Amino acid sequence: MADRAPSRRDLFRIAGTAGAASLVSGSVTETPDAEAGQRPRSRPRPPREPLKALTAHEADLLDRIAELLIPSDENGPGATEALAVRYIDRALAGALAEQRKAYTVGFEAFERYARQTRGGPFLSLTETQQISLLIDVESGTATGANVGFEGSSAAFFGLVRGHVMQGTFGDPVYGGNENFVGWDLIGYPGVRTTVSPAEQKLLTPPTPVRRSAYDTPMFNKAIVDVRPAGSDRDAD
Amino acid sequence: MPTNLPGTDVVVIGLGAAGGVAVLPLAEAGMDVVGLEAGTWLTNKDFAPDEIRNNVRDWPMAVQKCNHEVPTHRLNAKAPTTRAAGHVMMNGVGGTALHYWAQSWRLSHFDFRTVSETVKRYGRSRFPAGSTVEDWPFGYDELEPFYDRIEHEIGVSGQAGNILGTIDQRGNIFEAPRARAYPMPPLRSSGFLDRMTGAAKALGWHPFPGPAAINSERYQGRLPCAYHGFCNRGGCHVDAKNSPNVTTIPRAQKTGRLKVVTEAHVTKIECNDGGRVTGVTYVKGKEEFFQPAKAVLLATYTYENSRILLLSTSKAYPKGLSNNHGQVGRHYFSHATGASVTALFPFNLNAWYGLPAQGVAVDNWADDNFDHGGLDFIGGGNLWVYSDRRPIGAANMNTFGRTPGWGKQWKAFVKENADRVNTAYLQKSTLPYEDNFLDLDPVAKDPLGFPVCRITADYKDNERRIADFIQEKMELWYRAAGAIDIVRGPLGTMGVNTHAYGGTRMGDNAETNVVNRYGFSHEAPNLGVLGASVMGTSGAHNPTLTAQALAWRTADHLVKQWKSIAE
Repeated sequence: MADRAPSRRDLFRIAGTAGAASLVSGSVTETPDAEAGQRPRSRPRPPREPLKALTAHEADLLDRIAELLIPSDENGPGATEALAVRYIDRALAGALAEQRKAYTVGFEAFERYARQTRGGPFLSLTETQQISLLIDVESGTATGANVGFEGSSAAFFGLVRGHVMQGTFGDPVYGGNENFVGWDLIGYPGVRTTVSPAEQKLLTPPTPVRRSAYDTPMFNKAIVDVRPAGSDRDAD
Repeated sequence: MPTNLPGTDVVVIGLGAAGGVAVLPLAEAGMDVVGLEAGTWLTNKDFAPDEIRNNVRDWPMAVQKCNHEVPTHRLNAKAPTTRAAGHVMMNGVGGTALHYWAQSWRLSHFDFRTVSETVKRYGRSRFPAGSTVEDWPFGYDELEPFYDRIEHEIGVSGQAGNILGTIDQRGNIFEAPRARAYPMPPLRSSGFLDRMTGAAKALGWHPFPGPAAINSERYQGRLPCAYHGFCNRGGCHVDAKNSPNVTTIPRAQKTGRLKVVTEAHVTKIECNDGGRVTGVTYVKGKEEFFQPAKAVLLATYTYENSRILLLSTSKAYPKGLSNNHGQVGRHYFSHATGASVTALFPFNLNAWYGLPAQGVAVDNWADDNFDHGGLDFIGGGNLWVYSDRRPIGAANMNTFGRTPGWGKQWKAFVKENADRVNTAYLQKSTLPYEDNFLDLDPVAKDPLGFPVCRITADYKDNERRIADFIQEKMELWYRAAGAIDIVRGPLGTMGVNTHAYGGTRMGDNAETNVVNRYGFSHEAPNLGVLGASVMGTSGAHNPTLTAQALAWRTADHLVKQWKSIAE
């Protein structure tokens, strides 16, 4: 990912039309009346289960970041309702334990960057500030601030985004994709152990089934604890 | 000191796609065979349709021996060396064939005769500079009976296009003649594949369903494919993928002649001062064993085949086993399968199910199926359209520059387009070159302290020109089917690859090849090598069926010439 500063267009596109009004009308921080310029209201969240790996502050940060990455809006529930952060917490306490330290280091750098460039901790910032900060981290711009990102800040962003995606669109057995909200969002018709010719014949996906792969006794559930190997190639 | 085990006739090192089929003709001929496999047995209870485990966390490649032996890579002898975190090849009875795509192609006439055909048609000046490619020591016709045997022994589904010279338009009209039809009809089509087939025909091309070592109907008592969408990086939950662990290996075991030793980590092939191989040393648990054998078949994988030979130094072979001519590791190349093309359609494709081997192919631009007179390269590519969509992968789709990678607008985009994208798989001819090779890494070692394999290789102009040409054709095809946007992927480099060739090339000339036309060492007469490491060209199609046909042929030769080779 190229190092670059967030453009106004990026902000516009990520924040959507609600945030756009404030952006086109002037400086981000001087539009307290515009919706996106206000401090984010705390939306009702599902109760958090006792944390296994993350600190409460890290979980708060992740809750907010997940909400910005895959927001709840007129297109339906997002990462919050999917309990993506529960997925991450459970994974960091188990199969992804080796990545736990990257969160500690990454969030310390993240908060330092927020204070240094936006004048306060991430959760105290306006939504527009939060989005622009995330764009800095995503693009690698935040790396240059020497706040402690290991390698590029883009790598930390990629780690978090990847885990939020897994927690939103993965099999619910891992603690995310609660109520199949991720699969519903993209129209995935669900895990089937066999698919008929008729179900493949049309350009219309079949009626969704809602179940985890492990809801059938066919498969050995212990295998979900496998630790990652890190190859990005398929055995084509 | 290693524990000395009772002797056996043949040791096969590695029970994957190649070694796993070679054991059958040996056992059926009454030979005692020990199969040494670094992995374990897996069953279909292990093969859950779980994207996080299979595709995100890389099961079944995780916690494998091969992950501690990932080769390093550098583009050339002066470039920095890098090392990937993992390796998609897996250990296990059946090897990577447990979770491969199972596309099971034969090579074409041209692939066996690349040098002579190119010179004949276009002149010697057309030959890519620095390439060490040779004609194979035999032509397609020599291998045809073994292709036929494997297709029937393991079960390959497909549509023939040329049976003894009679062309069938439903199949690949460019294929070399086959003795008979596939043992099973092809895997079924889908609404999306029907559309792509129609578009190819409208362009005047010849689309056809590809061959797969996957049951399209019940075969040898095993079920047909369930098309559930978790084939890639997943073993088959109904045993419809015809990996050796459900086909040739159990049949070989039934003869009572095959002993499978799992979790066996081979460290050296031993030999005597006369240069004959005497057996294999391996580590299992914390114990070391020596398994004596009259003949050894090395069937690990391209990188490991060269590595084990280079590590097996002795008085007779001071530079590594069968390396007195300095050819081990030479003529390495990995298939140019990068340079993909991704298309966005303005309608859903219903491509959530199916498997990578269920697709539609076009070979009009493969090999020498078209006139290269006005072109600046030799060879070509296979166009393969298939679907391999799962939810996390779908949500991570290419956004075609239309939205950032997250946020409100991104969410609206993936909601609309998650089922509207398709990426083609484009396999392209790749050649060996003088300066592309394998050797031992001077720094990186495995947990036992042995150096890992080092790849020094990059693609050259011929591969890059084919890539541009093939991407152009693929874009044409997608547009003809209604695509509204196209993104082209990069070709990438010749790093660790699942289609890796060479290092122990087969040929009549002992000065330029490690093994002879039957797959036995030019130097150590009772050592055979199996796998794509003996192949000197790739063509534009997956290597596995060819590696398996060659493995069967090598085993068959050992049976027929037992006295002269092994005694």
